[in-house]
Amino acid sequence: MSSDLTALLLSRMQFAFTVSFHIIFPAFTIGLAAWLAFLEALSVATGRPVYRRLFDFWSRIFAVAFGLGVVSGIVMAFEFGTNWSELSRRTGPIQGPLLLYETFTAFALEASFFGVMLFARKRVPQWFYLFSCVMVALGTTLSAFWIMINNSWMQVPVGTHLASDGTFVPDDWAAIILSPVVWVRFPHMLLAAYVTTAFCVAATGAWYILQDRDRTEARMMMRMGLGIAAVLVPAQLLFGHLNGEYVVHHQPSKMAAIEARWHDEKPAGEVLLAWPDVTNRRNLFAINLPAPFGSLIDSDSLTAGEVGLDSIPRENWPPVVIPFFTFRLMVGCGVLMLCLAWAGSWLSLDDRLETRRWLLWATFLSFPLGFIATLTGWFTAEVGRQPWAVYGVLRTAQATTPFLTPRDVSITLLVFGGIYALIFAAGTVYIYRLLRQGPPATPVPVEVPNPKRPLAVGGVVPLDAGEFQRSPS
Amino acid sequence: MNAFLPSFWAAVLALGLALYVVLDGFDLGVGILFGFTRDEGMRRRMLSAISPVWDGNETWLVIGGTVLWAAFPIVYALILSAFYLPICLMLAALILRGVAFEFRQKASERTRVVWDLGFAGGSLVAAFVQGAAVGALVRGLPVAADGRFDGSGALAWVSPFSLLCGLGLCLGDALLGATWLVMKSDGPVRDRSYRAIPWLLAGVLAFLAFAFIAALQMDLPVMTRWIDRPWLALFPAVGVLAVIVIVRGLRRRIDSWPFAGAVVIFLAAFATLAASFLPYIVPFSLTITEAAAPTRSLAFIFWGAGIVVLPLTLIYTVMVYTVFKGKVDTGTEYP
Repeated sequence: MSSDLTALLLSRMQFAFTVSFHIIFPAFTIGLAAWLAFLEALSVATGRPVYRRLFDFWSRIFAVAFGLGVVSGIVMAFEFGTNWSELSRRTGPIQGPLLLYETFTAFALEASFFGVMLFARKRVPQWFYLFSCVMVALGTTLSAFWIMINNSWMQVPVGTHLASDGTFVPDDWAAIILSPVVWVRFPHMLLAAYVTTAFCVAATGAWYILQDRDRTEARMMMRMGLGIAAVLVPAQLLFGHLNGEYVVHHQPSKMAAIEARWHDEKPAGEVLLAWPDVTNRRNLFAINLPAPFGSLIDSDSLTAGEVGLDSIPRENWPPVVIPFFTFRLMVGCGVLMLCLAWAGSWLSLDDRLETRRWLLWATFLSFPLGFIATLTGWFTAEVGRQPWAVYGVLRTAQATTPFLTPRDVSITLLVFGGIYALIFAAGTVYIYRLLRQGPPATPVPVEVPNPKRPLAVGGVVPLDAGEFQRSPS
Repeated sequence: MNAFLPSFWAAVLALGLALYVVLDGFDLGVGILFGFTRDEGMRRRMLSAISPVWDGNETWLVIGGTVLWAAFPIVYALILSAFYLPICLMLAALILRGVAFEFRQKASERTRVVWDLGFAGGSLVAAFVQGAAVGALVRGLPVAADGRFDGSGALAWVSPFSLLCGLGLCLGDALLGATWLVMKSDGPVRDRSYRAIPWLLAGVLAFLAFAFIAALQMDLPVMTRWIDRPWLALFPAVGVLAVIVIVRGLRRRIDSWPFAGAVVIFLAAFATLAASFLPYIVPFSLTITEAAAPTRSLAFIFWGAGIVVLPLTLIYTVMVYTVFKGKVDTGTEYP
């Protein structure tokens, strides 16, 4: 492999690593921010202390996850320029403004009100505190919105033309923002975040019930988590299907790879599971559904023809194995979550939820499902887009910084790898400890003019340990 | 409009970078000073003086980065790739520094060392790299006619001058940090910061004099600007006034004066550089007009981000600083 290709591969590995690490936290915090704003609103409206306890409990976890999301997001904002200077030079007039809107409307908003949310409960009026929570939630949502517009343009570049010097020039911003692709992918991401969070909340509830502790909060978490998921997971499956439609229309090579479909078929069959053998263009150990199931799934039709990889020039193929399996993992997680959410919600209708230990265990163990589905979904979308950085127009190999050496990228990959491993390990341990600690005690106002730790730094506190007593649960 | 937009965005870029340099400057400075104390109580007070605002401050770096990409994509691609290693190092340093706020207090006493090291070391590295990058820019980057980087090697940015500038920004940030701590805290942290300020101020002034002489010696192109534009001397003059404000603040123990003075010194230095670069955005190879994105891109970000969200963001920033104004609560014992 030439040193250019090695540098390219290392840059791709670095980008994949840093962006995968990053997406884990937004996937969690977008949902958590909305959930916290909801809890705060319930708490203001009803005055029930359980909402406040849940809020205080999850806001601590939010602080840790949010911090990790922010710091790993800063890297993303610069990595386009460091490792992908040709991409950023040529798509800058498009991607630059979109990511600028992301930064301006979302990042600034959430970073500012985040401080109020974590540190200033006692310094601002109650309505402003709730307003800050809503602003943080709105900020995370808008952030996802602009990122999805940007990524959707890379998937299906609309509203632009190529200038003679190879740069993309915008013709029609409305076409870029209102692209139908955005409006199936943005809800898909938003729902992914909500579902991920719902399962984390429900799993925590199930864990506490299994340990027979914090029963009030635990019941509330499990019911709310599974109940929300029971509504959102079917919606998510629907949007997933709609995403498939844009891929069929705009990215035939990605669709053929996802389906491990080697030859054009009309109507097409469906490969359920197999090992795609790329060299011989066939599937080993295949479990197939006969035609027209493939046409039905991909094009909602009994007769539609589906494109096979044979009709696509070899140099334009994405890797086949990765999108094939990541797609199936994602769908598998989705189906599992649907079963759990519906079973749990059905049982909770007449209060049988807490007596079914198998369901408690299943819910407890379900917390990684949302994360796995989100990550594998992104792997499918991004690896499936290869060999293009901007689909059909700009190849990934031409998007990289031309003069990077394998040595430079190895150094930074090692540095980022080491640091991310360290903070991920620590972050996981601390979140686990917060979860094990459980919800804080009932807020009982006491007359302590100097609460014990008003300066406690970073996250742990709107609540001061000395101010509240632990309530019997 | 077509001629106005590039200037507008260059001004926003300058504003964002100036805000970043000052706001995260005191954050980074507190981080650097943090490394020079072992006392846990003092360390906590130092952290709490910046914890509500640090991530908002860091946002200005990202705003600067994205404005650069959106409005001047050639420059974004050029500078970030030319400074590959230092920028990646700075990002790594900022990560370590950022998570330290959350993690050190959740860590056991044994593992806290890791985060403290990351906080102080990360602050130092970030400040050093930023200073060195400015030094390398002032010295001039090798740029091809099409605006692509024309250098080789990941260490092309290293020179005695750029390293000197790195050191200079560490001192400058430490000065900002110390003056911030004087303004925001009481007791031993305030006393200690008061004692450090004269030394840091002397260090910063010595650096500025040394860098000036070095620039004359090397016959840097930036120096000819001073002959063409004598009014540039106005900014250093304002800087001298700011030094006087700091010294008087120190003498009379007026807690807010040293910080105000240090901020003005930073802004004066920033304005000096920016004004002597004009109309270049990459000194002496790319002008603002040459590097600007197509008008449709600039107009798209102008009507939304430029005249609506930017003013709002500035108001938010002022609001957040108002909420946290005054001294951080004091007189409390830590468990």
